[in-house]
Amino acid sequence: MQDMTPQDLASDDFQESVLTFHDGTKRTVLATEIETKFPDGCLIVSQTDLDGVIKHVNKSFVTMSGFTEDELIGQPHYILRHPDMPPAAFAGLWETVQKKEKWHGYVKNLRKDGGYYWVYATVIPNVRNGEIVSYTSVRRKPSANKVAECMKLYPTLF
Amino acid sequence: MPYTMTISPDFKPDLISGWYIFNTWLQKKIDEKIHIEMVNDFKELASAIDKGSIDLIYANPCDIAKLVREKSFTPIAKPVGTHDEAVIIIKQDSTISEIESLPGNVKIAMTDVPNVNTIGLIMLEPADITPADVETITCSNYITVAKEVIRGKADIGFLLADAFDEFSSLVKKQVKPLITSKIHVLHHALLASPGFADKQKKLQDALITIQNDATGADILKNLEFQSWEAMDNDEAEFLIDLIDTLSTN
Ligand SMILES: Cc1cc2nc3c(=O)[nH]c(=O)nc-3n(C[C@H](O)[C@H](O)[C@H](O)COP(=O)(O)O)c2cc1C
Repeated sequence: MQDMTPQDLASDDFQESVLTFHDGTKRTVLATEIETKFPDGCLIVSQTDLDGVIKHVNKSFVTMSGFTEDELIGQPHYILRHPDMPPAAFAGLWETVQKKEKWHGYVKNLRKDGGYYWVYATVIPNVRNGEIVSYTSVRRKPSANKVAECMKLYPTLF
Repeated sequence: MPYTMTISPDFKPDLISGWYIFNTWLQKKIDEKIHIEMVNDFKELASAIDKGSIDLIYANPCDIAKLVREKSFTPIAKPVGTHDEAVIIIKQDSTISEIESLPGNVKIAMTDVPNVNTIGLIMLEPADITPADVETITCSNYITVAKEVIRGKADIGFLLADAFDEFSSLVKKQVKPLITSKIHVLHHALLASPGFADKQKKLQDALITIQNDATGADILKNLEFQSWEAMDNDEAEFLIDLIDTLSTN
């Protein structure tokens, strides 16, 4: 996955970090303080394979992430991982869905342009004949109170 | 014995004649006898599906899982140019302009259309309103939902967005949309029972070429779609997964 460069960004004011993902890939990400507000009524949908590689996205996913659909399909879902998200949150996600249970959580996502957007996400395993075949996620506008709680909690989880 | 086709009861009431005209065209086109059997609500539909009395169905996305998984129906085609979105309506003169200003114990008028209600409730989540907090009034159709809101019996109402668009100007003067979903990937679909299996191909071919037919374009206009597009099992599976995810609370 490509590192981010200042040319990608909507602002010169950014924080640089290097993220290491579960598969050992490293990526330099640049994060700005620019928030994209979640439009009322938008529902962001994606479906991944067993490794979290994106197979399907809807229009709202494309708009909110700042990528094109072609840039997203076939990429690992960690393309959206924000450096402010504690790894423990995603460890919990994977542990839950691999047990064939649904997961809910508040996630700060990174946009292609370095900005961010908060979502409330549901992820479920799609089970056929007892086997997980894919994962589907729906995200919506989070409650402002819950986001405020997460902004306090998440920095303590690193 | 003619085959039986039914239309999910959440279609817009003014499209009823469109479906009868479509059926007349379809019977001629594929040279099969098909009888339309309308149902009044989702309960009646569920019992018809369980009895195995339906061969063709224009189904709501929430019924596709049962039809495909439990009853071995096959997806044939989906409408192009129409999606299933939900809208939350409020009285026109209400001072509330965002869901965050709604009272916690909000009273909601709703029909029995499952995906509309699921998405309606999801759209209330950002205001920290959960299904446990709300009081619901079940209505037999969309216009009754609007009436309950106009009369002040309900604070808000859940509707199929297309149904709201079709309301008369008299109704629209009295209620307004507070929030409309943008999910873009939910849609109805035409499915065929295993008993129709040997005719599926000719049915699908007829549908996806309907616009080439002189009367076909008019028929589509009466159903308010642009065209029919072939739908395969993978797409039905995706819809089923999506409905599962939406219904998870
Ligand atoms: C269906 C599905 C949706 C996901 N959505 C997101 C998301 O919106 N943002 C995100 O950072 N991670 C998401 N993840 C988790 C990522 O796959 C990944 O675990 C996470 O970004 C952290 O990266 P890492 O596990 O490689 O450390 C999702 C996973 C699945 C299965």
